Parts: sequence; structure tokens; C-alpha cells
Amino acid sequence: MASSQELALREKKELAAKEEKTVPGRYYIPYTDIYETDETLTVVMEMPGVEKKDLGVTLENDALRVDGRIDFSRYEGMEPVYTEYNVGHYTRSFTLSNKIDQEKINAQLDGGVLTLTLPKAKDVPPRQIAIG
Amino acid sequence: MALFPDPFDTLPGLQQALDAFRASSWLGASSSSGGAFPPLNVFRKGEDFVIITEVPGIKTSDLEVQVKGNTIRVSGTKAVSYPEKASLHRRERLGGRFDRTMTLPIEVDADGVKAECRDGILALFLPRAERDKPRLIRVA
Repeated sequence: MASSQELALREKKELAAKEEKTVPGRYYIPYTDIYETDETLTVVMEMPGVEKKDLGVTLENDALRVDGRIDFSRYEGMEPVYTEYNVGHYTRSFTLSNKIDQEKINAQLDGGVLTLTLPKAKDVPPRQIAIG
Repeated sequence: MALFPDPFDTLPGLQQALDAFRASSWLGASSSSGGAFPPLNVFRKGEDFVIITEVPGIKTSDLEVQVKGNTIRVSGTKAVSYPEKASLHRRERLGGRFDRTMTLPIEVDADGVKAECRDGILALFLPRAERDKPRLIRVA
């Protein structure tokens, strides 16, 4: 989509939390795309620096929550001399309006991008109730 | 390292250290930095330097890194696509072209530059040229 367009610089969005975290440090809100097809709801999140093992996805009562932690030990022995962005863990949650088939959720993390495929639950056909 | 006890002991320590060098004057007035995306962080690691940038969702085949003298150029295209019949609920990820150059105030050994891309993070390892390294002068 519009690949000829020049990419603009955006400041990372910091999380202004309603609830405080127990671990100190700043959290960021991952840029997210959400789209829906007939069968699925797909959530795509950008979380650069997050490894598979440091990612948590939970779905509880229609609340989808994604937590990605960065491994800052990679910065060991490095001394900043010039910086343009900051790093931090990522967190974001959504309330889903669709009924999701929780058993069939698929999560893929590739190159710092998390793709969650949430299959919509098949509608339960209306049941005829016989009047006795 | 004397500025902070151990900046990388905790995440807030790292975040504070990164904030402290926000657009520092290290590049000097002569910096011929072109383009804005992607944002770059420059670190010193021993005698060498490391440039780190976030490139989530950019394929390595769509990413080009060039080194000439002490100028580094990172360019490429970021593609964001959706299936044809999908209805979009949220669209925050942006795609497009980018071309960024940065001139460092140190001399880089262009042959020794290494690039590594992992988990959407691009790291460029820039060895300082031998003739640019500080030399110890013995006081007679």
C-alpha cells in the first residue's frame, strides 16, 4: 500500500498506564493493525526486539492482552553516544467484539512483528424449542 | 561508564542513559544526516561503534546498508499489506520508502563492518579504523 511514499519519523508512543506496573521502567504501545475477514480477525503488532520466549498473549473474557518484553542485556557493555529513540517493553490490550474460537488461535512472531490469527467462532444455529 | 553506576543493570537505567544522549552533540555540527526514518541509536563498544535501529516487518531483502568512508546509509522499503477482502479496523503500521544517511565523527574500517538483523532490530557493527584509534603517548 502506497509503497512509493516516504516513511515519516514517528515518536514511539509511551504507555500512560492506569494501573502501575510492579516492575519499574517505561512501556510502549506497539503499532497495531487489525483487520477482519469472513472467517478470522487478525491482529498485527510491531514489537521490535522481542523474542518468542519473552512474549505473552492471553485471551480472557474477550480481553486480548499482549505483553512483549525486550532483552536489554543485549545492550551490555555498550555506551550510548547519540540516541534518537528509547527502548522498553511493549504492552497492549483490546476488547474483542467478536466471539473467538479460543482453541484455534494462532500466533506468529517474525522479525519483530507479531501476527495473531483469531478464528471467529461458528455461530450456533438457532435452536427450535418445541412447546410441550 | 562513569556517568552512570551501571546503566544496564536495570531497564530504567538503560532508558535513562538513552534519554541522556538524545540527539547529543556527538555528531557535531558537521553531521550530514539525511532522512528521518529509521531513527538510529549510536553506541560505543570498546574501541568500536554500534548503530542500532528498529526495522520491524522489513524483509532483509528490502533493506540495504552502504558504507562509504565514515558515512553510513540505510535504505529500503517497508511493505505493509492486507488481504484483499479484509475490512480494516485499525491501521497504525505505516509502509513506504526510507533512505537515511549518517556521517560519524570517527573513521570506520569499511571492510570490517558487519550487519545483523534479528527480531526486527538491525545492528551495524562498525570497527574503528586502525589509524583513527587513540594512541597512548608515553610521557617522557
